[in-house]
Amino acid sequence: MNDVERLRREFPFLEGENPLAYLDNGASTQKPRAVIERMRNFAGHEYANVHRGIHELSEQATAVYEAARERARSFFNAATAESIVFTRGTTEAVNLVAFAWGGQNVKSGDTILLTEMEHHSNMVPWQQLAARTGATIKYVPVLENGEGLDLDASRTLLAERPRIFAFTHISNTMAVENPVKDLCLLARENGVSTLIDAAQSAAHIPVDVEEIGCDFLVCSAHKMCGPTGIGILYGRREILETMPPWQFGGEMVDRVEFGGAKFRPTPARFEAGTPAIIESAGLHAALDFVDSVGLEKIAAHSSALAEYAAEKLRSLPGVRVFGPKSSRAHLVTFTVEGVHAHDLAFFCNDRRVAIRAGHHCAQPLMRKLGAPASARASFHFYNTPAEADQLMDAIAEAIRFFNP
Amino acid sequence: MNTDELYQEILLQHSRRPRNHGPLENPTHRADGHNALCGDELSVELRIVDDKLEAVRFQASACAICTASGSLMTGAVTGLKSEEAGALAGDFRKLATTGEVAPAIESLTALRALGAVHRFPQRVKCATLAWETFSAAIREGSVSPS
Repeated sequence: MNDVERLRREFPFLEGENPLAYLDNGASTQKPRAVIERMRNFAGHEYANVHRGIHELSEQATAVYEAARERARSFFNAATAESIVFTRGTTEAVNLVAFAWGGQNVKSGDTILLTEMEHHSNMVPWQQLAARTGATIKYVPVLENGEGLDLDASRTLLAERPRIFAFTHISNTMAVENPVKDLCLLARENGVSTLIDAAQSAAHIPVDVEEIGCDFLVCSAHKMCGPTGIGILYGRREILETMPPWQFGGEMVDRVEFGGAKFRPTPARFEAGTPAIIESAGLHAALDFVDSVGLEKIAAHSSALAEYAAEKLRSLPGVRVFGPKSSRAHLVTFTVEGVHAHDLAFFCNDRRVAIRAGHHCAQPLMRKLGAPASARASFHFYNTPAEADQLMDAIAEAIRFFNP
Repeated sequence: MNTDELYQEILLQHSRRPRNHGPLENPTHRADGHNALCGDELSVELRIVDDKLEAVRFQASACAICTASGSLMTGAVTGLKSEEAGALAGDFRKLATTGEVAPAIESLTALRALGAVHRFPQRVKCATLAWETFSAAIREGSVSPS
């Protein structure tokens, strides 16, 4: 039995005779038994609210919650656990930075630099910040056919000293891995703060915040084999310490009087209200699981599958594949002439292949590339070449069906 | 298979070669519609003369169901009074969401083929977008003569 088959047995979803070929990992990943069991056990036997009870159970639950924070710290190689803030997910983490950091640091006339390949969740919060403050948004352009970022343009735009450069590590549509380390260095040299959207990279390639040298990094547990409802904001501690809170209530206060309140230091000040406690236990188990598989191995496996699928797709009539010619990350976005993506996905579903269709939450980019709707297959370590073949057969059949 | 149930031959014909597809000269009404879920975009242009739908055309960058529905919609409403067309839009909505065939559409065989979408909740909007956009054009899409 090879590694992938052994790993597949860890996923209840993949049990049975004819499991669905799940190729929508870019949207969310399946959950291994270790994560499901950990959450079940914690909820059943170890659960209490955190950071408030004197009783033993609350103390233990608090220890579990804080252990998850420490695990996230070690997973991303952050210097201190105070750098790890739990959020609801990537989207909330970007909103947190846009509100708390942005409100304090972005003024009228400033520039916010993004790229054309951002997911809506790393675009709309900044557009709203710009609207509130009178700042301007600029975008690093994407090269033809989504082959990568225009790095020359990024140099020029960073030299104009925007306040922050917020950009994706791996594009959820173009399968491009951006040179985050170089871009962060360039940003630092120009005095520009950086935020990395690691939603697509966090459980697919090794992510080391110290090595990357970013100021902020955000991701979601549910795309990392973990539960929904919890995500991570990494922020350099000295920056988080200067940021005001953005939501207010319990957990985040130091002392409250009728006349006002004082707030706790980071990370508590950014975690108002009862957090996702059960999910934190699941996240911890997910990070252990992903680490035990090995990120180098995951990267090689899913990127090889995406390359294989891209190659096969190109051989079909009327298929256009987006993204880089080589070094493709774990996904492939494509269109078929004369067959709409929505129809492709429906057809594939009938052949038990789950793919994504639509604009992939990157509407402006897809419009620019002349493909308002496209299909996307995204792979993970539990996918197999046989599943990629199943996709190819379904697409080839769809082309014959819709374009006879 | 779901595919055969949804994509009946008559609908595939309309999606491959949609009727009344393209811009309309001198429209009196127009509206744009889109499906936020999948990014389908569709516009409808009408020429209403003496409350009668003299010409109806649509343009779509959309899936087969949406395109076929646009093609069939233009055929079904051309020549009707706007009130009659509005009632037909209501009947179509019922067909797409419940599969129920109102008397006015009993004889419209091709249109009735779209009733299959009611079994696929994610595809209902594909079938209704053209009609919703058509209704919006009548309701609030009056074009001021240039």
